[in-house]
Amino acid sequence: MSAGLEGRPRSRNGHDGREAGMISVEGIARRFPGLTVFEDVWFTVARGEFVCLVGHSGCGKTTILNILAGLDGASEGVVLMEGRELSGPSLDRAVIFQGHALMPWLSALDNVAFAVGCRHPRLSRAEARARAKVALEKVGLAAAAGRKPAQLSGGMKQRVGIARAFAVEPKLLLMDEPFSALDALTRGALQEEVSRLVTEAGQTAFMITHDVDEAILLADRILLMTNGPQARIAEVIENTLPRPRTRAGLHHMPGYHPLRDHIMDFLVTRSRTLAGPPPPGHDPRRPPVVRPALEETHA
Amino acid sequence: MARDVSPWKAALLSLALLALLLGAWELALSGPAGPGGAAMDPEYAALLGQAAQAGGQTAMPAPSAILARLVELLADPFHRRGTNDQGIGIQIAYSLWRVAAGFGLAMVVAIPLGFLIGMSPLLNAALNPFIQVLRPVSPLAWMPLALYTIKDSSISSVFVIFICSVWPMLLNTAFGVASVRREWLNVAATLEAGSWKTAMRVILPAAAPTILTGMRISIGIAWLVIVAAEMLVGGTGIGYWVWNQWNNLSIADIVIAILLIGVVGLLLDRLLGWVAGRVAWQE
Ligand SMILES: Nc1ncnc2c1ncn2[C@@H]1O[C@H](COP(=O)(O)OP(=O)(O)OP(=O)(O)O)[C@@H](O)[C@H]1O
Ligand SMILES: [Mg+2]
Repeated sequence: MSAGLEGRPRSRNGHDGREAGMISVEGIARRFPGLTVFEDVWFTVARGEFVCLVGHSGCGKTTILNILAGLDGASEGVVLMEGRELSGPSLDRAVIFQGHALMPWLSALDNVAFAVGCRHPRLSRAEARARAKVALEKVGLAAAAGRKPAQLSGGMKQRVGIARAFAVEPKLLLMDEPFSALDALTRGALQEEVSRLVTEAGQTAFMITHDVDEAILLADRILLMTNGPQARIAEVIENTLPRPRTRAGLHHMPGYHPLRDHIMDFLVTRSRTLAGPPPPGHDPRRPPVVRPALEETHA
Repeated sequence: MARDVSPWKAALLSLALLALLLGAWELALSGPAGPGGAAMDPEYAALLGQAAQAGGQTAMPAPSAILARLVELLADPFHRRGTNDQGIGIQIAYSLWRVAAGFGLAMVVAIPLGFLIGMSPLLNAALNPFIQVLRPVSPLAWMPLALYTIKDSSISSVFVIFICSVWPMLLNTAFGVASVRREWLNVAATLEAGSWKTAMRVILPAAAPTILTGMRISIGIAWLVIVAAEMLVGGTGIGYWVWNQWNNLSIADIVIAILLIGVVGLLLDRLLGWVAGRVAWQE
């Protein structure tokens, strides 16, 4: 089954390569007065890797993403990007927000052009718009470029958000449940869209999701968080299903069902039973790594 | 329930009401007992002074007379024959100039200051007591102080306009800026937009509808206040002109002034309404 592991060559060094991490999260905690949301969280994201974070509502996923984005600071620990400690937001890290976060007074095109103009301040307005147009074409929105967000459907708005994030050519793409507000059909289409764009660009990505199939479709690794407070990463799943993966073909893939069951089982029971103080022998720096899809095919 | 009203029907009804009002007014004055000093309360006539006491002269003109006077005034609205005889257009222009100057000055102060207050909770808390105390003060109460310190009556009225327009703009700007959605600021931050770019390209357009609401309230108040201010300081302007016509007992002119003040006020409001429509956005 090594073919499965190597289905996506550029992520090959990401499986265990903390050294190769583009992003290295080292022992971060976030505390509010009287509340420790999470603590002792360690993980890495390797160059070209797609990592998903799964956990129950309120365990601190958005907080982690905001810390990676530089919009929030950790109470303890550090986040390194290419070996340098993060301080504040940067164009190297683009965010696709849960609520599209488009500016309603700008057309779809100008929303993207604003981002392009921030990335390339030297560009003229016309050039920025031309690049924005190309970015919108990539998500199939060229025809709606002149429309304001209010005149776009939810899926189209999120597409503009995706185009805006890709338009700044970030080193790391951060996504906070980008599709959770969409209907199942639109969500599926956008997941494949993002999958394609990420593959084309060799994009390193970190995504929060509640949708198990979404994680399986997109991720190289899936981080499972226990329930808060004092949440931590209980387990890391390596998604060994070969690429390309499609939404339609996903559940015919060998290994899909054990993988899905494992995550569901975690979400339904183990996220709760594992909550609280870590079990003896648990090394927060190296949470257990499991490959449920692989185990089944060997069995 | 259908609440839609045909604009034609409404306009027809408006016209009918106007005709009824003017007709009744005309009739009441054309009756035998109507015109003339005889029908007037003697004390009131005394108050009105010589002109009314002379008798035989109508203090309250009929609509037809007012219309004739209006045509006369509007035939040459911009004439200047000495300081006390200037066309009504000139007087309105003086008032508009003062409102524009005071309002413009208020914008220059209120919008940047409102930005700072809206962005800094500390500044907001620190300045709030001043604003709360000064805002309810009638702008005319500032007049003596303005006259004393500035010594120029025209500039004093500009100052009074400034003082009355500054508060709604300041409070609305601060509120609009403070309620800019976090996520847009986050977008700007992740794009490293910088504070100037964020202020001009994100916060300003986001807060523009609220700011415009404040400006619209301000211009309304300013136009109310300028008439009173000019009555107080005299010299030029529509307020002074009204007061002057009162001293001349030209009631027709006063009625015309009321009408014109109303129309100009409406136009000012429409102008800002139009700007507000341009900067409005919907989610
Ligand atoms: N400013 C704050 N003050 C106090 N507590 C906060 C603050 N911000 C977040 N929290 C708490 O931190 C916890 C984690 O919030 P977060 O938004 O990261 O959760 P999440 O995992 O993203 O949840 P969801 O899946 O519902 O989006 C929550 O329990 C929340 O109450
Ligand atoms: Mg969240």
